[in-house]
Amino acid sequence: MKFLGLSRKDTRFLIIVILLTLATPILLQPFPEGSGLATFNAGYPDLMQRFAIFGIFAIGFNILFGLTGYLSFGHAAFLGVGSYTVVWMYKLLDYNVIWGLPLAVIFSGLFALLIGYVSLRRSGIYFSILTLAFAQMSYNLAYSVLTPITNGETGLQVYGNDAQVLLGANEPTSPHFFGIVMRENFWEPTFGGWSFTFNNGYYFTAVIAIIVFYISLRIFRSPFGLMLRAIKTNQTRLNYTGINARPYTLAAFVISGMYAGLAGGLMAAMDPLAGAERMQWTASGEVVLMTILGGAGTLMGPILGAGFIKYFENIFSKINDQVLHGWFAFLPDGLEDFLIGVSHFFVGKSWHLTLGLLFMLVVIFLPGGLVEGGQRIAGLFRKKKTTGGGGDPEHHPKETPHVAE
Amino acid sequence: MDAIILQILNGLDKGSAYALIALGLTLIFGTLGVVNFAHGALFMIGAFVAVTMQKLLGLSFEQIDESKTDFLGNPLKVEVPYVESWFGPDVGAALIDWSVPLAILFAIPVMLVIGFVMERGLIKHFYKRPHADQILVTFGLAIVLQELVKHFYGANPIQTPAPDAFIGSFDFGAMIGFDPNVIIYPYWRLVYFLFAALVIGAVFAFLQFTTFGMVVRAGMADRETVGLLGINIDRRFTIMFGIAAAVAGIAGVMYAPILSPNYHMGMDFLVLSFVVVVVGGMGSLPGAVAAGFLLGILQSFASMNEVKSLIPGIDQVIIYLVAIIILLTRPRGLMGRAGVMED
Repeated sequence: MKFLGLSRKDTRFLIIVILLTLATPILLQPFPEGSGLATFNAGYPDLMQRFAIFGIFAIGFNILFGLTGYLSFGHAAFLGVGSYTVVWMYKLLDYNVIWGLPLAVIFSGLFALLIGYVSLRRSGIYFSILTLAFAQMSYNLAYSVLTPITNGETGLQVYGNDAQVLLGANEPTSPHFFGIVMRENFWEPTFGGWSFTFNNGYYFTAVIAIIVFYISLRIFRSPFGLMLRAIKTNQTRLNYTGINARPYTLAAFVISGMYAGLAGGLMAAMDPLAGAERMQWTASGEVVLMTILGGAGTLMGPILGAGFIKYFENIFSKINDQVLHGWFAFLPDGLEDFLIGVSHFFVGKSWHLTLGLLFMLVVIFLPGGLVEGGQRIAGLFRKKKTTGGGGDPEHHPKETPHVAE
Repeated sequence: MDAIILQILNGLDKGSAYALIALGLTLIFGTLGVVNFAHGALFMIGAFVAVTMQKLLGLSFEQIDESKTDFLGNPLKVEVPYVESWFGPDVGAALIDWSVPLAILFAIPVMLVIGFVMERGLIKHFYKRPHADQILVTFGLAIVLQELVKHFYGANPIQTPAPDAFIGSFDFGAMIGFDPNVIIYPYWRLVYFLFAALVIGAVFAFLQFTTFGMVVRAGMADRETVGLLGINIDRRFTIMFGIAAAVAGIAGVMYAPILSPNYHMGMDFLVLSFVVVVVGGMGSLPGAVAAGFLLGILQSFASMNEVKSLIPGIDQVIIYLVAIIILLTRPRGLMGRAGVMED
């Protein structure tokens, strides 16, 4: 049985992802308002939108890095292009995101075609440095010479005297999709102590995220995806069989650039601003972190990684001295102060330290990311049930070594 | 002519910093085959050793000075640094004044130890992993080091002045026969350049003229054979890692008066230094030094107003542009050996 061209297993997988995505506003509010654990709630629109947007960004990055193994350190450039495109469409036409988003995808795709065409002539670390160089160039230019287009340090935004030729009389004055205003909530129910927020913007990004996730699922299962994996495994051998790998890597690069552009466009769709800092290489580093942390080359990994990083960024940054005092109040004074002092390194403003440590641990011990961690834990349980033996050995070929030696 | 000399001079100090960091980067790559993204963080730590030194020497206690009174008529309390009370006011004041050069003495052992610990504790396990993994784990380490420094020193740049003797500028143009006040150059930048030349010379001499250096060079060329000869090449490479860390560290110490240390300066320099290494040729020491100075000088030429009006924005992109052209036309870099990382 095939549904949308997916096998039964993949269909089930997709349905689970859809259900989880749609139920996010509920799932992320497990604690009642006002309770001590309410800090850990994440079901507010701004954060959920970021989950979906960075999820899209990471899914796209994974198509390049996870499948072909080409580590780009310059994907933030496409994010920036997407954002600028959407804001420009606000300025020229009106606040409807329908004009900007497709253009964002097209422009970032063209930009990726240009950068990819040049960068992909090299591989390995040279490729990383080339993409980094291009992204830094775009960032520096956006800050300086391109100020007429990017509005420099201030960031691009809509002003009262902008053309906005399509702006109707009753049209909303913030980003919307045919009248559905992104920042408005369509339902804010409360059940007992629990309150949930169902936000237009989140569902808009969520639907797009599901669509692009489906596309990436199809790419993973397609002959094209298989070819990309072959490039990662052994490009030299592929060349010997008479296949030119570059068109495939270039296609993967452009696709992931388009994903990044879409994510950037959506950022501007949630908040009508675009700044050059979105193109900085730290932003490229962030998507690398997300993909690796979740598990490069897996379908769910990048989404998990994006959610994980954005969630903890938010929660850890919120934990301050008062919250810590609340937690450790039951301890004797000396111990309490000590624990608070230690926690200081990891929470609040220092949350990046936690991220860095976590990231190192993942790279060292769990190169497959959170997904591999989950599989290992699941494997432990499964082993207990089946009495030893890893099943049919013929269907479990020896793992390929990490490096071709 | 004078404008050209001025730009070359301006490029020298930045070029020196690039060259010193790139030298360490390429040394690590050439010996251990590891791409170290945390090298910029080592530079940053060096700069903060200078900050720490200045703070430590400046530690003071309150003393009542009987000879002076404040505006209420009470005896005035003055802050007396400990070093001044221990060594007498003259020596103490000189020590505080010279804290940046003094910090080098402390930075060398500190950075050596950091280098050893880093290599033995982390990098060692990544020899056989792909370059992508090495980049990622050292990138994580760089974040950790950077955040630790931010935690202890705050996010704002900390001014770390040079000794009084080197504050101010001198008229370089007048010295070589141009009109006065055309080529003015700060003393400390000249000191930095001379210092960098000295360090680079020392590293090359060490590799070229000592038995240890000879073995290291042999190991860079053919690690396996050197190992088969019964030489513990791993230990020597670890020491080289420590030396590379120390070079980055003292480069940071001396750079502190030029750029007030902040926690992200390492990352800023790292990206550029990597470009320098690639332009010079992965694993090529002379290439790294030459490319460092070359790019530093090119950058300062590109920031001339005449050039900027000709090609707007060139000052922002020149280094990356050069890197892209080099990588596409001569991927082994200016002085890289044929066959090293050429694909």
